[in-house]
Amino acid sequence: MSQTVWTFLIVGISFILYIVVAWWSRAKSTSEFYVAGSGVHPVLNGMATAADWMSAASFLSMAGLIAFLGYQGAEYLMGWTGGYVLLALLLAPYLRKFGKFTVPDFIGERYYSQGARLVAVIAALFVSFTYVVGQMKGVGVAFSRFLEIDFKYGVIIGVLIVFFYAVLGGMKGITYTQVAQFCVLIFAYLVPAIFISVLMVNNPIPQLGLGGKLHDGTYLLDKLDQVCRDLGFQEYTISKKNTIDFAFITAALMLGTAGLPHVIVRFFTVPNVKDARKSAGWALLFIALLYTTAPAIAVFSRTNLIDTVQDKPYSELPAWFKNWEGTGLLKFEDKNGDGKVQYYNDANPTFVQDVANERGWKGSELTVDRDIMVLANPEIANLPAWVVALVVAGGLAAALSTAAGLLLVISTSISHDLFKNWLRPKISEKGELKTARITIAIAVVIAGWAGINPPGYVAQVVAFAFGLAAASFFPAIIMGIFSKRINKQGAIAGMITGLVFTTAYIVYFKFLGGTPDAYWWGISPEGIGTLGMLFNFIVSIGVTYLTPPPPLEVQQMVEHIRLPDD
Amino acid sequence: MSTEVTKMYWRQNIWYLSVLLLIWFIVSFGFGILWADWLNQFRIGGFKLGFWFAQQGSIYCFIAIIVVYVILMNRLDQKFKAKKTMP
Repeated sequence: MSQTVWTFLIVGISFILYIVVAWWSRAKSTSEFYVAGSGVHPVLNGMATAADWMSAASFLSMAGLIAFLGYQGAEYLMGWTGGYVLLALLLAPYLRKFGKFTVPDFIGERYYSQGARLVAVIAALFVSFTYVVGQMKGVGVAFSRFLEIDFKYGVIIGVLIVFFYAVLGGMKGITYTQVAQFCVLIFAYLVPAIFISVLMVNNPIPQLGLGGKLHDGTYLLDKLDQVCRDLGFQEYTISKKNTIDFAFITAALMLGTAGLPHVIVRFFTVPNVKDARKSAGWALLFIALLYTTAPAIAVFSRTNLIDTVQDKPYSELPAWFKNWEGTGLLKFEDKNGDGKVQYYNDANPTFVQDVANERGWKGSELTVDRDIMVLANPEIANLPAWVVALVVAGGLAAALSTAAGLLLVISTSISHDLFKNWLRPKISEKGELKTARITIAIAVVIAGWAGINPPGYVAQVVAFAFGLAAASFFPAIIMGIFSKRINKQGAIAGMITGLVFTTAYIVYFKFLGGTPDAYWWGISPEGIGTLGMLFNFIVSIGVTYLTPPPPLEVQQMVEHIRLPDD
Repeated sequence: MSTEVTKMYWRQNIWYLSVLLLIWFIVSFGFGILWADWLNQFRIGGFKLGFWFAQQGSIYCFIAIIVVYVILMNRLDQKFKAKKTMP
């Protein structure tokens, strides 16, 4: 069977699976629609959280990103896993005990204020919307590259699938589809990694293979360090980055993870506090399966790529190279006209002067898109066509599952936080359920439209969703649980300070022409959410002690959520 | 319900949290970032130790931290329940 037939077949089967699961688990009440009736088994919730969390970017781009960043790639690896420790220890159990539907629910009640609720709703909508547009774009890209369907129709197919199970099943449908999607995506990620690990270092476990020996007896990582040095790149396993910036970016990603509404809401779906803690552990275990494999894929594929192309005649390159050239992800330009590929760091002036000029190299001749590291892996390792098809299905599963989780947060924020708790408190349960279905339908359509015509700022903004979540939600929730004294004036002032400061710093340096030499202590905009969070804490505490303590019933509520299940 | 028992429960929880979060900080920000260069002089197999912590080890530690917390809290919950029902 040809590649395209395999791809259609496997993607088709996976889609049918999702639809069947969604039909079987459709929602009948608002509680089922918002939090799956709080009846999800902790292991299944762990899988659903993992699929919710791992987006198209984690699946397709992260390994490639690490391959080019080397050591520094750790900021994503630690940043996107370390937040689960904070979730399991500081947030999930207490929010589950609180037992409502959304993050703005908690903020609104803990700070006894519709104003606080509104700030939380706006932050949740902004964070989720920028994030979901990126997912829709990912769906379109996956379809257009592999099934040779126009990008636009790719997005529309994705929208229809999500529309079907999100509108029908709400959180319940989304949860069980995400479980299926997790299985597809993790299988698709691990199979090629295992094959390649066996081929290169003769070890079936990629996490160990990363530290393994090549067939010539040298350690893989030492070999890659050597190759990088020889080509003028920075050594792979050494960090050269400003330590403060490195730590701040890592912290912003961790705190942001713990503050993202679509992740937090998953812990409302388990039966009790004990299960919320357990479920966070399972979620991290499932996420770690992918996140500890990614650095191995990064090293395998970067070594493989350089080995295959460096100083080789273009005419003798393997077939996959030419296939991928067709997609524009790989570009070869014979700058010195010798018919061979020279790939090196042409931005390193000493290397260019000492080595490249002498050898007659006239600039690096290869341009590599980072997504190719995952996408082309199966072909580089000569794996059968069905594995390639599996990777496509995995990428789609990653994008669709994250999109659905985000869309649910958007619809809940509107139907529950805005309508039910603010504009129309008297709405019946049936009416609320209908509003929820209508808003999610509208949200899916808008997200699809925005995915086809992405506003120019989206790519830059997605990374900042984390900074904003870290600077707004995280401190407000933590203090709401761990302090009985913190009051609404403090929390609102803190959230606004965090949001305004972080947004201003990002906008100044990303859009208004601020230059890196003006960064405060060398902190780049990606890491500024950490400082915003510190400001939030300071302002909240300061304002709180200048204003009266919260009412007695709020203090009692805090005491109540700290205790285990009855 | 006796407030003494409630207070004991919460204090014990905060103690667990402080110790575990300190470990969380040391394995990620400490071993993975601040002291990584120094740790890189040691090796386990093909890995430099600092690099291993940054890209593998810290994640394994994160999982272990959650597992330990779940076990400790399940025990504490049991103890709390037993004390609460005592006359």
